[in-house]
Amino acid sequence: MAQQIPHVAYLELGDSPHLVANECTTCGARYFDRRNACAKCFNNDFKKAAISQDGILKSFTIVAFAAPGVPVPFVAGIIDCNGTSVRGNIVDCDPTPEKVSLGMKVRLTTFSLGTDEDGTEAIGFGFAPA
Amino acid sequence: MASDDIWILGIAMTKFGKHSDKDIVDLGSQAAIAALADAGVTMADIGILAAGNLMGAGAGFGQQLQKQIGQTGIPVFNVANACATGATALRTAIMAVKAGEARMGLAVGAEKLSGAGLLGGGGTSKKSGNKFEPSGRFGSVLPTDGRIGTDTMPGTFAQVGMEYGHKYGGVSFELFARISEKNHAHSVLNPMAAYQKRFTLDEIMNDMMIAYPNTRPMCSANCDGAAAAVVTSGEVLRTLSKEQQRRAIKVSASVLTSDPYQEACQVLPDVNTLTRNAAIIAYEQAGVSPSDLDLVELHDCFATAELVHYDNLMLCPEGGAVDFFMSGATWRDGSTPVNVSGGLESKGHPIAATGIANIWEVCHHLRNEAGDRQIKDAKVGLAHVIGLGSACGIHILERSGL
Ligand SMILES: [Zn+2]
Repeated sequence: MAQQIPHVAYLELGDSPHLVANECTTCGARYFDRRNACAKCFNNDFKKAAISQDGILKSFTIVAFAAPGVPVPFVAGIIDCNGTSVRGNIVDCDPTPEKVSLGMKVRLTTFSLGTDEDGTEAIGFGFAPA
Repeated sequence: MASDDIWILGIAMTKFGKHSDKDIVDLGSQAAIAALADAGVTMADIGILAAGNLMGAGAGFGQQLQKQIGQTGIPVFNVANACATGATALRTAIMAVKAGEARMGLAVGAEKLSGAGLLGGGGTSKKSGNKFEPSGRFGSVLPTDGRIGTDTMPGTFAQVGMEYGHKYGGVSFELFARISEKNHAHSVLNPMAAYQKRFTLDEIMNDMMIAYPNTRPMCSANCDGAAAAVVTSGEVLRTLSKEQQRRAIKVSASVLTSDPYQEACQVLPDVNTLTRNAAIIAYEQAGVSPSDLDLVELHDCFATAELVHYDNLMLCPEGGAVDFFMSGATWRDGSTPVNVSGGLESKGHPIAATGIANIWEVCHHLRNEAGDRQIKDAKVGLAHVIGLGSACGIHILERSGL
């Protein structure tokens, strides 16, 4: 089987793909990027926290005009995953205001983003209507 | 007037639009020289220069400006704070005067953006070679813009407006388009605006979609322009002519904030908390309440942004921005006229100039010099600007009453 690599380091692949945050051990603030210290409480100790795969769409836009090389239209959204806000595209859904609505239930899904010259496959994530 | 009060002695802006025959330093010089003339002073009177340009002028924009308008050896602060760059320059000059380090300060912002196209977006570009290697703070093997949400400005601010809708309800494509309809209608009276065209609601909604629910006329217009202001203290103003004292505008509040940590703020920029924080401080400093404001120029970089700032600036009860707008309150004949200049959607948004030009607009009304678009008997106004990242500048201005 060809090797796989996640699109971003905070996507955990495997049998049940999910996102993983860096959680501040003092205040519980969650971050998806590499951290130097906590923006909320300045502590610099973090642990890994699995993020719920289910969420509700709390904001979105349908991008019709983007930088060269970015396929449009697509739906960009902010998903409330059981209290943790996550950024992602809404996929498996027509990118129209009739099909996408505030408050809709969504669930994390993964898909291939292509392979590199070594045959390694990049796996991306999005959220599909649940 | 109290000795330590801060006053705008002179202020000027270039017409916003396309200035193909001028470079950034030309535009900045034009605004600076006009502001000095408006103040009735020269560069010899200025003790500090704060200058901002975000794109194109390269290093040392303030020094480049001095070479054209007067090299007097005074300290120069080159400032950058995204779309709040102009307000940051003004705030810097005000702090120097307030600290007693300068008798007068000059703040300048200038930008050339005509034809700049889409701002933001594109994200991290992949290095050459076709091998997935994690890079950057997210350890991404491919660009994230367009694959994990959007980095574009129209898309980011669309989500800001839609998030308000999720929280409080009542938003729709048509509602946001109506906000744009108002600002374009206002622009018809402003000869300094880049665009002075009234649009019907249908025209706005049927125009090119950029990032739902923002169509093209609902986005700020990229253009060229500059603005500049001369500030001084009450102590110095007392020594100047009666005419200078009469036209001087009191800076009752000058506030700059950044975005404090909030859940989700690193997922979608939070333009709300820092605006509300700045507004609370500004109203307190000025001893003014939102109902005292005769006009407001706020940062309508997109129609979706204007809505949330009604709430952030406390022009309406919390959660009440939709009802507030639909009541007609923010039209120029309403109880709290907002963006009578036409706002960034029609006046234009030459980034570093915007945070001084919105103050020029308010001053123009407070001096009763706004011609056809004069808000009658305006005494108090507020100017607000947001730089994504984020920075928020709020100034409350009052006429001198002399
Ligand atoms: Zn913390």
